[in-house]
Amino acid sequence: MRKYVPKDNVQKKAYYTDRFHVVPRVPREKVIDTHFEATVFNLGDYVKDSYIEIGQLVVHIDASENFAVLKILKEQCGYTQCSEQSAVDYLAKDGEFELFWQMLNVNEAKRVRVVCRLKEGLAIESVEPLFKSANFAEREMFDMFGIKVNNHPFLKRILMPDDWEGHPLLKTYPLFGDEFASWYEVDKIFGKEYRDIIGPENRDPGKIDIEDTKRFSRVGYEVPFGTEYNADEEVDIAYSETALVNYNKKTSKQLDERR
Amino acid sequence: MAQHQVNYASSAGLPIALTSVDKLVNWGRSNSLWPLTYGLACCAIEMMASGASRYDFDRMGTIFRASPRQADVMILAGTLSKKHSEFARRLYDQMTEPKWVISMGSCANTGGMFNTYATVQGVDRIIPVDIYLPGCAPRPETLQYAMMMLQKKIRRESADMKKNTKQDLTTQTGKRARLI
Ligand code: SF4
Repeated sequence: MRKYVPKDNVQKKAYYTDRFHVVPRVPREKVIDTHFEATVFNLGDYVKDSYIEIGQLVVHIDASENFAVLKILKEQCGYTQCSEQSAVDYLAKDGEFELFWQMLNVNEAKRVRVVCRLKEGLAIESVEPLFKSANFAEREMFDMFGIKVNNHPFLKRILMPDDWEGHPLLKTYPLFGDEFASWYEVDKIFGKEYRDIIGPENRDPGKIDIEDTKRFSRVGYEVPFGTEYNADEEVDIAYSETALVNYNKKTSKQLDERR
Repeated sequence: MAQHQVNYASSAGLPIALTSVDKLVNWGRSNSLWPLTYGLACCAIEMMASGASRYDFDRMGTIFRASPRQADVMILAGTLSKKHSEFARRLYDQMTEPKWVISMGSCANTGGMFNTYATVQGVDRIIPVDIYLPGCAPRPETLQYAMMMLQKKIRRESADMKKNTKQDLTTQTGKRARLI
């Protein structure tokens, strides 16, 4: 049997890990003598660490220098597209986010990932003046992680509603939503006082409300549509009749016990 | 006297039909159900297919209208996200009485596979539903069947909409639910 582990802290720690599974590590290769050498040389002192993963250059930089690095990559190294930009939540482990920019050089078919670590509560500089695609990407990062972006032209939520509370891609955010999320539509449309009337969300797909006689009919204890449910009152199953037989008449011999 | 004169006294020859007001009104209502052109997710593709020529909703008198003011039926076809729930309710409120609602697909019925923070777990939390249509996605035939069931329901109703009760949003999960 699998040993019991408390699950109240699932977002911080995986409660089940396979004993025999070894997480595969992508091999990291040296940059020297590859076609990425010039790129790393151009970046100079900005580079804290660099290696090649699956044919892609990964460059670690300082969070305060992201704009300068991306500017060099764009103007001197030909990485004219910023195809992806977001963050990864490492708050529980390290107390910081990992931010990354995925750069593409179309002419030479080369890709670079620029990676930096950002402490919780700090802001990052916007790269929107360099890449227009960063506009939405940074808004999404702000929406999903709550990372503020300095000098962004229009920093507001992009996926979630403007009045949403919480940042859903944080590992501490529950998948089924917190209290605010689960009552959002009721609060917004009817008002908070309707919470009691409408009731909590049903997240159990197999749940049947036997007191609800409008949507469910309990076999063996059937009551007419929409009537008040009374647990004591049991109504027999009514079978259909044919011209020949009335199944509701209990004429046949009933055996008290099985022989 | 002309030979071709219609014999009004023969069977079914009378140019008069006798009926009740309820029947007459419901005949009109049920045979010209105009749904709102309103799709939310993949189910809406099936809804469009039902409206297009192969399945041909028009032959049932069901013509999609682009304005809630002209629509009688709201087909909630797809995943209703929490962000959008307010607008869905507003569109429902803008529709004039009499109005009916079909909840199409598992997403609209119960939240479906999207058991997450961002999806409304069943549109009946905010809008009273008349017909639940199961499936992911329900085929166009089943949407037509749902429409026919709705017609059947309307024909049973009273012409006076005040006498017809809508689904009570409050009774579904508000009461302490017991499991069996
Ligand atoms: S029920 Fe299925 S087909 Fe319909 S909206 Fe949901 S996921 Fe899409």
